[in-house]
Amino acid sequence: MRRTARTVAIAGISAVALLATACGGDSDDTTATDGNETTAAEGAAGGEIVVDGCTPENPLVAGNTSETCGGDVLEMITARLVNYNADDASPENDIAESIETEDNQTFTVKIKQGYMFQDGTEVKAQNFVDAWNYTAFGPNGQTGSYFMSPIEGFAEVNAEGSTVEELSGLEVVDDYTFTIRTSEPVSNLPVRLGYTAFAPQPDAFFEDPESFGKAPIGAGPYQVTEYNDGQSIVVEKFADYSGDFGGQVDKITFRIYQDQDAAYNDLLAGQIDVIRTIPQSALIDDKYQSDLGDRNTQRETGRFNYVGINTVVSTDLADPAIRKAISMAIDRETINEQIFNNSYTPATGWVSPVVDGYQENACGEFCTYDPEAAKAMLDEAGGYDGELTLSYNGDGDHKAWTEATCNSISQALDISCTATPVVDFATFLTQLGNGEMTGMWRLGWVMDYPSIENFLAPIYAEGADSNYFGPYVNEEFESLLTQAAAAPSLDEANALYQQAELLLAEDMVAIPMYYPKTTIGWSEKVNPVTITAFGRPDLASVTLAQ
Amino acid sequence: MGKYIVRRLLQMIPVIIGTTFIIYAMVFALPGDPTAGKCGERQCPESFVAEYREKYNLDDPLPIQYAKYMGQVVQGDFGTNQYGVEVREDLAKRFAVTGRLALMAIAVEIVIGISAGILAGIRKGRFVDNLVLVSTLVVISIPIFVIGAVLQYFLGVRLGLFPVTVSSEATTYELLLPAIVLGSLSVAYVARLTRTNLVENLRADYVRTAISKGLSKRRAVGLHALRNSMIPVITFIGFDFGALLGGAIVTEGIFNIQGVGGYIYRGIQVRDGVAVVGAVTALVIIYLFVNLIVDLLYGVLDPRISHD
Repeated sequence: MRRTARTVAIAGISAVALLATACGGDSDDTTATDGNETTAAEGAAGGEIVVDGCTPENPLVAGNTSETCGGDVLEMITARLVNYNADDASPENDIAESIETEDNQTFTVKIKQGYMFQDGTEVKAQNFVDAWNYTAFGPNGQTGSYFMSPIEGFAEVNAEGSTVEELSGLEVVDDYTFTIRTSEPVSNLPVRLGYTAFAPQPDAFFEDPESFGKAPIGAGPYQVTEYNDGQSIVVEKFADYSGDFGGQVDKITFRIYQDQDAAYNDLLAGQIDVIRTIPQSALIDDKYQSDLGDRNTQRETGRFNYVGINTVVSTDLADPAIRKAISMAIDRETINEQIFNNSYTPATGWVSPVVDGYQENACGEFCTYDPEAAKAMLDEAGGYDGELTLSYNGDGDHKAWTEATCNSISQALDISCTATPVVDFATFLTQLGNGEMTGMWRLGWVMDYPSIENFLAPIYAEGADSNYFGPYVNEEFESLLTQAAAAPSLDEANALYQQAELLLAEDMVAIPMYYPKTTIGWSEKVNPVTITAFGRPDLASVTLAQ
Repeated sequence: MGKYIVRRLLQMIPVIIGTTFIIYAMVFALPGDPTAGKCGERQCPESFVAEYREKYNLDDPLPIQYAKYMGQVVQGDFGTNQYGVEVREDLAKRFAVTGRLALMAIAVEIVIGISAGILAGIRKGRFVDNLVLVSTLVVISIPIFVIGAVLQYFLGVRLGLFPVTVSSEATTYELLLPAIVLGSLSVAYVARLTRTNLVENLRADYVRTAISKGLSKRRAVGLHALRNSMIPVITFIGFDFGALLGGAIVTEGIFNIQGVGGYIYRGIQVRDGVAVVGAVTALVIIYLFVNLIVDLLYGVLDPRISHD
C-alpha cells in the first residue's frame, strides 16, 4: 500500500547532521522505551498539535486513496463499519451494529442508527452501497477499486467503459441494513471492512466529487477545516461525532514536509509535536535517542520487506534450491545491526507478526544464516555461474542494505552479486509490472487490513496485482487460498492460510528479509505517543502534557 | 529603444515554443509510467490507468499531445497536475514564495557581495582584500547543503535564533536564513567579480584623468570606476536570479520551503509532466524578461552601449 520509496533530495545531509551532533556532544544514554509498553499517560483533552505529513497522491476521497499520505488524513476523518484496535489491530464494530453471515458469501450488515456525517446528514445503508458502487465503477477510475473486487458483479462494473454502475452483490434492505454478496466465499470480509476504501460517502459527495476531494466529509472523529495544497492539512474535532473512537486534542495540523530531515529538525526545535518516522540520518548510532531522550518509541508494524525473483524471466534462477541457497546465504542479523541499527526484525516468514494468523518460523532453516549449508545446497543444485543482480529503486534508502545483502551472498556462495539501482520508483514498478526485471529485486508490503490473507493473496495469488514473480502460480497454494476463503470460521481460515504460507518456503520466489519497525518521536508538549499496528502514530489518543 | 524592446519580445516567441516542446518531449520520454507508484506498491487498477491516460492524452502521439497541451496553455489553462490541483494556481503560490526568497537572496548578494568587493578592490593587496579573497574561497568550496544544514542546526535548532523551517505563511523572518544560505555562494562570486573589475578599472586612463583633474578619490571611484565595473556584476545577478528561482531545490528541501524547485523535482519524480512543463515554461519566460531588463540596464550604466 505505502510507497516505501523514501525520497531523498540530498544524500549528503545525513553526514552533516552527524557532524553537527558530534560537535554538540550531549549524549545521555537514554534508551527507547520498548514498543507496546509505553502507555499514554493521562492528559487533558483539548489543545492542538502539529504533526508531519506528506502530499496525498490523489484527492482526499476514501475510495481513491491507497497510499499513506492521504491515508493518514482519511484515517482521522472517516468512520468505517469496523474500527481496528490501535493496539493489536483487532476489528471492533464502529458504524456496524452487526455483520452476520452463514456461508461466508452473503453478509448482512446492520448499522447503528443516528450515526452522523460531518455535514449533519445521517449515515444510512445507501451511503455505503453508493460509495462502493462509485469506487468500483470503471470509468470513475478509482485507485481503491481493487478492494471491491470480491463483491459480486465487480468484473462487469469495473470494466473499461462499463455502463453498469451498480454491483449486483450489494443490496439495500432498509435504511439501516444492507447485504453484501461476494462472488466467492470470503471468510475475512468483515475484517477488511475497516479499511478506508470502505468508508461511506455522504450524498454531497456524489453531487460534486471534484470539489469534495479538497473538502471531504466523513463520519469520523475529525473533520478537515483547511487544505492548503502542498503545505498543510488541518483537521479539527467533529463536535457531533457519533462513534466510540473519538480523539483527544481539538486540532491537528498535518504540516507537509518534502524532506524528513527538516521535520526532524523542527521536532528538535519544538515546532512540531509528532513525527511519523525518524530519518535515516538520526538513526545512525541511535542519535535520535540522545536527541529526544525518552520521547521516542518503536514497534513492529504490519510491514514486510522481501527480495523477489521473476522465475520466468530469470531462467537461471528457476530452480527453487538455488533461491533457497541464496536466502540462507543472507546474514539478516548482521545487516540489521550494521545498516538498520536494529530498527528492523529479520523475517522468519512471509507474514508480519502483528496480524491475526501469524505463525512463527514459517520459513524455518531457509531464512537462517548458514553459509556452509547454503553453499552445499547450491553445489547440489548444480551451482550458479551467472552474474547475480539485486535491483532497487535509486530514489529510496536502499543502496546500503542491498549492497550488504549482495556481499553476504557473494561471500557465502562464492558467486558474483551486484546491487543495481533503477533510476526511481516509478521506473522500478513499471519494469516489474512489465516483467522486464531480471535477477533479484527488493520490494516491500504494507498491510491494508490486519489479516494473514492480506500478506498472501495480493502478492502470490495467480492474477494478483503485486504478483511480479513471473507470475507465481502454484495450484496447491491457489486451492488453499480458496478453501481458506470459504472456511466456516476465522480460525480455520487462518490455519489454511498458514499452510499456504508454508508452500512459499518450498518455492521461495520471495525471499523474506525484514519486518520493519516504525520509530516515531514527539515533542515535550505532548504525553507519550503510541504507534498503531499499522505503523501510524495513534494521533487520536495524543494528549497535551500538563 | 522602443523598437529594440518590441524586437526582443518577438524573439521570445520562438524561444518559448522551442523550449516548451523540448521539455515536454523530455519529460514524457522519461522511463516509468506516470501511474506507477500512485497506488503504493501494487499496480493501479486498470480502470484507473485508463482514466488517467485518457485525461492527460497519453495515448496520442507526442506532437498531438503537445499541440493539445499548448492549445490549452494559449488560453491560459496550464492544466491540472496529478494531485488534481490547477497548475496555474499552484505555480502562482509557489512563485510567490520562491520569488521572494530569490529576491532576498539577491539583496543579500548585492549588499554584502558588492560592498565586500568594493572594499577589497580599493584596498588591493591589503588585509581586507586578503580576508575577502580567502573567505569567499571558503564559501565557494563548501557545498550549499552543508552550509544550509549546519546553519539550520546551530542557528535554528541549537540557538533558536531563526525558525528551523518555513511555515506555509513564509514570513520574511522565516525566509531570512534560507535567503542567506541561498545567496551565500553568489555573494562570493559577486564580491570577486566586483573586486576584479574595480581593480582593473582603477588602473584605466579615465580614472587617472579624473583624479588628475582634481576629482576627489571618492567621486572618481564611486561615480566613474564603479559604474563601469558593475556591468559584469549585473549580468551575473540577472542570470543568478533565474538560477535561484528554479535551482533552489536543495535549500528548499532543507528548510521545507514549498517552492518552485521542489515542485519541479517532485514533478519529475512522479512523472507529472503537466506540472513540470508548466513550471519550466514560467521559468523560461521569467528568464527571458530578466535578461531583457539586464540588457536595458547596460545602456543606463554605460551610455556608450546604445539600443537604437
